[in-house]
Amino acid sequence: MKKQNKEVLYGLYNDEEILLDAIKVANKDHLDIMDVYTPFPVHGLDPLLGLEESRLHIAGFVYGALGTLTAFGFMTWVFTRDWPIIFGGKPYFSAPAFIPITFELTVLFSAIGMVVSFYTVCGLGPGTENPTLDDRITDDKFCIAFDTAAYSNDQLSKLKDFFKQTGAEEVNTKMI
Amino acid sequence: MSAVVSPIREPLIEGGKSYHQITEDLVGPTEKVPGFSWILCMAISLGLFTLGIVSIFWTIFFGIGTWDLNRTIGWGWDITNFVWWIGIGHAGTLISAILLLFRQKWRTGVNRAAEAMTIFAVMCAGLFPVIHMGRVWLAFFIFPYPNTRGPLWVNFNSPLLWDVFAISTYFTVSLLFWYTGLVPDFATVRDRASGIRKKIYSFLSFGWTGSAKHWQRWESLSLVLAGLATPLVLSVHTIVSFDFATSVIPGWHTTIFPPYFVAGAIFSGFAMVLTLMIITRKALNLEEYITLQHVESMNKVILATGSIVGVAYLTELFISWYSGYIYEQFAFYNRAAGIYWWSYFGMMFCNVISPQFFWSKKLRRNITFTFFMSIFINIGMWFERFVIIATTLARDYLPSSWSYYTPTWVEMGIYIGTFGLFFVLYLLFSRVAPVVAVAEVKSILKTAGDQYVGANATHTHHDRQERATHIND
Repeated sequence: MKKQNKEVLYGLYNDEEILLDAIKVANKDHLDIMDVYTPFPVHGLDPLLGLEESRLHIAGFVYGALGTLTAFGFMTWVFTRDWPIIFGGKPYFSAPAFIPITFELTVLFSAIGMVVSFYTVCGLGPGTENPTLDDRITDDKFCIAFDTAAYSNDQLSKLKDFFKQTGAEEVNTKMI
Repeated sequence: MSAVVSPIREPLIEGGKSYHQITEDLVGPTEKVPGFSWILCMAISLGLFTLGIVSIFWTIFFGIGTWDLNRTIGWGWDITNFVWWIGIGHAGTLISAILLLFRQKWRTGVNRAAEAMTIFAVMCAGLFPVIHMGRVWLAFFIFPYPNTRGPLWVNFNSPLLWDVFAISTYFTVSLLFWYTGLVPDFATVRDRASGIRKKIYSFLSFGWTGSAKHWQRWESLSLVLAGLATPLVLSVHTIVSFDFATSVIPGWHTTIFPPYFVAGAIFSGFAMVLTLMIITRKALNLEEYITLQHVESMNKVILATGSIVGVAYLTELFISWYSGYIYEQFAFYNRAAGIYWWSYFGMMFCNVISPQFFWSKKLRRNITFTFFMSIFINIGMWFERFVIIATTLARDYLPSSWSYYTPTWVEMGIYIGTFGLFFVLYLLFSRVAPVVAVAEVKSILKTAGDQYVGANATHTHHDRQERATHIND
């Protein structure tokens, strides 16, 4: 996420329960929330914001399956095609002995793949500097943000009323 | 949150903390100049680490002959220390992964430090097999890379190679899991910092904003990584035990080894977590986050795994007698009454008898007693590995090749050096990152803070329900 030159109107709340109640009000009034920022994962937030369940675990399964096939296939190829050697009188294709490494690579591929996917889809990574609205969001403030471009001036005053009504501690605008 | 918590649950966060106070308490230590005791500990650790480097250099320069290994006893302190350090690492993954799957809230107080301990312990462990190879500059031969010798591949049927894959996977996954948990906390540090510190933590926090969608994915990732790490941690020590169990040495060739090794690993790992946490909570004033309740929970795990280990020892003895196989019977007779009888005695005393004291609730909640106990258990688990390795090898099938082994100063120096490395890394970690997971502790405040649950609760569930309906009106 680079600087998008978006003007954002945001309100800070002191408690996640007040935040959840405020979002319920926003949903009732059909206000289009841009994003919600919290210092820790707040349970019950996703359904209120209409966020679909993350598909990261499906990606994890695919990466894992890729690891399984890579490991098992590679060892099979080495010991039956490329350089067959007899170890301790066992068959070339000694599948049970391939299981430990197959398992380890399944886990390794899945973990690395998921972590890389996670940072990629979230737009995070070493050195990335995403604009933040307020320094206290990672401490003890819970934030609801609206993109002002989607609202006309009198609608904006309605948003400010909404913040006041639902118990926001502070209301500010910021370009991000 | 609005979840109902049983009134008999003890609070896990004491002192009536607010979210901001949690940030202050947990991030605070990273913002201060280290005190005299930290500098002293760091100096000692660096000294030990230097001894380790000298010893490793000595080994590589003069060759593996500077160790007292011989034709009969090919594995001595090196592999003993390797298995010991790997075992210690296991508690971190157990706390962060298995307890996450079991939804144990007390994990949040200790998971960060325990995972760090895992990573540092695995680094110490990995050192031993590498220098044991003798020609360390050829260590890359263990990886199956296309080479000009055929290509001649590594032996995928060998447990020693399984170990290479198990331990490198374990290290990588633990590191990814740990760092993903750290990212939101580094963002907290970043947003409080200024100047050069802000730049550094900005880089480390990967641009974290706390967006709802990011948190959702972060939780999904943590859960799946925990699901992956759980069988992984069991597989790692299983594979370490295969190093022994797939051989034909009496006393090693047993099917009980995998579960017995895994239980022993968790047992020793929790002891090390306790040793570290008891010092850390005191040094960084974290008694309200790592409470007696946490210590007691960990002591219960020690009691359970210690008893499993005890049962495994007795089962081994019984099976060796019951097998009717004289070499097996001799192996165990030799462990208990042979030349290394003292290490068997140390193992039995520290691992089987001492954890039984934890049946007493009073002792489970006694910090001083727990601290000494954790040291005892670590000594006992070191003896266990020494008994399995050196005692067994010293008396093999042929009496003509029986031998005795004592470590040289070089072997001792390397072992002491790994302590230096471990503590240097841990001390650095305790100054650079919050040692308790800030965001995760905040997320359990409403269900585990002492103002919400326990005897002194002031905000009851009923109050909050009432306030919530009031707002909705």
